[in-house]
Amino acid sequence: MFTRNGRSGFVSAIALALALGGVSGTAAQAQTVTAVMHAPLRAVDPVISTAYILRNYGYMVYDTLLARDSEGTPQPQMASWDVSDDGKIYTFTLRDGLTFHDGSPVTAEDAVASLSRWSQVDKTGQVMASLLSEMAVVDDKTFTLSFAEPTGIALIALSKPSGLAPFILPKAAAETPISEPITSTIGSGPFMFVEDAYRPGVSATFAKFEDYVPRDEASDGMAGGKVVKVDEVVWTTMPDPMTAMNALMSGEIDFVEQVPPDLLPVIEGNPDIETSVVRKQGSQNLARMNHTLPPFDNPKMREAVLLALGQQPLLDAQVGAGSPNGSACAAVFGCGSIYADDYRAEDIIEAHPEEAKAILEAEGYDGTPIMLMHATDLLMLNPQGPVIAQQLRNAGFEVEMMSMDWASVVARRASKAPLAEGGWNMFSTTNVLPDVGSPIGFIGVAAGGDSAWFGWPDVPEIEELRMKIAESADPEEQKSFAQQIDKLVIDNGVMVPMGEFYNTSAYSSALSGLVEAEAPVFWNVEKAE
Amino acid sequence: MLGFVVKRVLSAIPVLFMVAVIVFMVLRLSPGDPAVMIAGPNATTEQLQDLRESMGLNRPLLEQLFLWLGDIARGDFGVSLVSGKAVTELVLDRLGPTIALSLTTILLAVAVALPLGVIAAWQQGRWLDRLVMAGSVLGFSVPVFIIGYVMILIFARYLGWFPVQGYKPLSEGIGAFASRLVLPTVALSFPYIALIARIVRTNVIEVMGEDYIRTARAKGQTERGVMTGHALRNAAVPIVTIIGVSITMLISGVVVTESVFNIPGLGRLVLEAVLARDYTVIQAVILLFSTIYVFINLAVDLLYGFFDPRIRY
Amino acid sequence: MTSDTAPSKPAQTELDLPDMAEARNDSGVAAMIRAILSSWPARISAAVVVLIVAMAILAPFLGTVDPVQLDPSQRLQGSSAAHWLGTDSYGRDVYSRVVYGARISLAVGAGTVVIAVAAGIFFGVLTGYFRWADIIVMRFMDGLMAIPGILLAIALVAISGATLTTVLIAISIPEIPRVARMVRSVIMGVRSEPYVEAASVLGTGALKMVWRHMLPNTVAPLLVQGTYIFASAIMTESILSFLGAGVPPETPSWGNMMADGRVYFLVKPELILYPGVMVSLTVLSVNMLGDVLRDRLDPRMAKRL
Repeated sequence: MFTRNGRSGFVSAIALALALGGVSGTAAQAQTVTAVMHAPLRAVDPVISTAYILRNYGYMVYDTLLARDSEGTPQPQMASWDVSDDGKIYTFTLRDGLTFHDGSPVTAEDAVASLSRWSQVDKTGQVMASLLSEMAVVDDKTFTLSFAEPTGIALIALSKPSGLAPFILPKAAAETPISEPITSTIGSGPFMFVEDAYRPGVSATFAKFEDYVPRDEASDGMAGGKVVKVDEVVWTTMPDPMTAMNALMSGEIDFVEQVPPDLLPVIEGNPDIETSVVRKQGSQNLARMNHTLPPFDNPKMREAVLLALGQQPLLDAQVGAGSPNGSACAAVFGCGSIYADDYRAEDIIEAHPEEAKAILEAEGYDGTPIMLMHATDLLMLNPQGPVIAQQLRNAGFEVEMMSMDWASVVARRASKAPLAEGGWNMFSTTNVLPDVGSPIGFIGVAAGGDSAWFGWPDVPEIEELRMKIAESADPEEQKSFAQQIDKLVIDNGVMVPMGEFYNTSAYSSALSGLVEAEAPVFWNVEKAE
Repeated sequence: MLGFVVKRVLSAIPVLFMVAVIVFMVLRLSPGDPAVMIAGPNATTEQLQDLRESMGLNRPLLEQLFLWLGDIARGDFGVSLVSGKAVTELVLDRLGPTIALSLTTILLAVAVALPLGVIAAWQQGRWLDRLVMAGSVLGFSVPVFIIGYVMILIFARYLGWFPVQGYKPLSEGIGAFASRLVLPTVALSFPYIALIARIVRTNVIEVMGEDYIRTARAKGQTERGVMTGHALRNAAVPIVTIIGVSITMLISGVVVTESVFNIPGLGRLVLEAVLARDYTVIQAVILLFSTIYVFINLAVDLLYGFFDPRIRY
Repeated sequence: MTSDTAPSKPAQTELDLPDMAEARNDSGVAAMIRAILSSWPARISAAVVVLIVAMAILAPFLGTVDPVQLDPSQRLQGSSAAHWLGTDSYGRDVYSRVVYGARISLAVGAGTVVIAVAAGIFFGVLTGYFRWADIIVMRFMDGLMAIPGILLAIALVAISGATLTTVLIAISIPEIPRVARMVRSVIMGVRSEPYVEAASVLGTGALKMVWRHMLPNTVAPLLVQGTYIFASAIMTESILSFLGAGVPPETPSWGNMMADGRVYFLVKPELILYPGVMVSLTVLSVNMLGDVLRDRLDPRMAKRL
């Protein structure tokens, strides 16, 4: 594959042997895909942590009952389903040939235990659990979910592709309390985790699970047959994106999950390297205010922020001026979502410093600085702070931008204390579009006060509508509820959408068959010799 | 001699105790806690409380400190709060690359700096001396990551002589091991070459003014014999000192170099641990570095006796 | 251990020798100036330092714009009449950031020297003069010295958030033990000199004694040490920024500019090179001056380092 480099033997030997750490000598003959992921793998519980790298890990090692195809429609994966005529009872039947990596068969008991652990943690899972009257094992292959009212939540929840996906673990692992991270890495997915080669923070190795029986259908989104066509996938991380690019160009690695947009010119026109943009894996920028502290306990002041902020400058700073990989979008649930709405699009997308100023004046803003938290150590979050700060300043706000690492932001945003005691007024972050697109699961729109996500907006109407969506089984009805939520979110300043961007992956042209889905997955990927 | 060694080793204990206390306090006063990092962005407050409880982060600080001190006294460094692996295992896993990089760097630095320094001393005041001295000041005025980038660009990308990044243990073959160490070693060695060359020059110049050198010359020894036999040997004490100092200084360069060349060593381990607030790992690595520091100082002291018979313990 | 740059860090065994203790008569400003103007390299270094200081002071009058003002639609531009050195990834004016960067870098250098020297003198005098303080404080200092400075600095910045003050303190703390040790050894040496013992017999108070008879002896070595700390602090700031634990990213510091520019090294290497050249030039000149000062003011130290 590397013959174009003119150093084929040496370089491909390196690439194959790059499985850092204790991979045995057989690795030299094995076909290995080496991938640089966006973050290192340091823990192995995909259910209690929402870190995206753990979701990606989950798709290697575990399997899901249902999966969404490229159209977003739930399809059978491990299980098929039947709905009772009254729409209240869902019966799931596991397909034949499912085994865990230790050889034991996957049973309905495993599925039920896994779902109950997952639904304690996941937002959509919690909603499902609240509507559920019973989850029962019928026999080894069959279990039922019974609801008091007819609902479509079961299929939405069990096919949830991102955030916390409902992975199926062996019963023993799934019975671990959620306060305790599991350490077992036995799943029934298409890849097996190679414990001996695992070096937390450095690399993780996944070997093809020979006994995995893929579905017959062709791969389609997250759905379809998960056919593994290489022997091994090695994930590594590179702290320096420049180094990753250089390593990709020199053939030392095969795949880079996220290329910093400004490095794209470096690989442009290189015949050995392909790039792809998977829109489904894009992210939404979001600015969040603390509704419990002045000045943002005042809805008018939140409105001023909405008007003050514009999306294009941030997108320019993130992905490059005028780049097609960033797009302004006013929809709370993302522009690619079936719930996309353009309510007050102009207000949201453009900056209106003068109108914001007028509000500040009318509200008698006294110039108390807004404490804006700025995370510096993550590539896409780093530009958010300065751009948001400048736009707020342009609109007459005083801004005190506190730069810190993400760990500190995450700790501080949990504080409801006043500013002087470690509180905050504003922060910004990103969420991946598959998560954003779900009115039930999206943390950015939950508005139950104390139970809501950091910022603690309290808009009971939103909570009622979210529940109604979960209870509804009619897509049109769900859509109209979602549009009402969109309006309420914007008018109450629950969050401010700051535009969408799409990551570019780069990979060696020897790779083919990459799946376009909500998360980077490695089944179906082929590597030419 | 033995008494001296025992005394010095014992005197390291209070120093390491202070290190442990300082590091512990610095970390526990920091905002951000590992439970939050593990649970991810959507965790609820109760979930965090449970996690903290099971990780022992809810106990009083002093209790945590003494528990930890007791553990390390028994050689138990605990488990990583993030990965759940034993800290000793993590550290041992990362130790190899860092030791390899440090050793090659110091060896290269000494191998280049000794002759440079001697030549500069020998040519004192002439253009060769000036060149070496100017180069040496330059050597510690350019940040190591810039040297690293330039070297990757030239030697790995354009010329293709070496891999861009990575690390292979020696067990996978000397070629794989060495080819990946060349660039980081050269990049990292610049400031130490500069530092050591200056010391060598200064001390050789000083020693050459001494009577016994004149005597040796008068007795007809060759210039080379005088240099190696007398001048270098007598300038050894400060040179050994500065090599010791260089080793202890290496760490800041190592952190950066490991990051630029993607070497999975201790520097990266500790940097990642800081960002993830993985307390047990940070504490263990810093303690390890401090121990190395203390023992290198001890080794330097002992070497004095070897090079300078006048010093007796 | 704070940085790669400081050549003036003797191992502790040597610093314990109280050999810098003699009073020197020529440790004044005049001697310094004479020393500086003695050779061509020294003159050039002095000129560079003066220029950079002038640049820092006169920054607003050198055709600069607001170095923090961003305009992402104008990012990564080449040189033009509007942006003499082009723009960075936020569309900020690189020339203005380089010029204003001198302020930050000099402030970091000078601030570190002030903090480290002040604290070093305090602890040095305390331990050198009062034996009771010696054991506790010096054990603490030993502990501090044994912690790799860069790691301590990273941890400190992570704790308190990235502000200029935090970074200053984080860079200064690892320097303190060395200064303290040096001051302590000078004080302990002077304490047994006949004129000091005489003054002591005559009933001179402790503070006056330290001020009159002891501190003057530390001026020369502190001056020399100070230049190295200054240079090393500027370098450490750039390393901290590179590792993501530096001054707030908005702040136009040379270290920050290099950290921001690293991603563009293949595309737009000048983003790293401009600040890189400035850092190297400043560190180089200050180090050269340090060498000259050391040779003139402190011949004994020159022998060792």
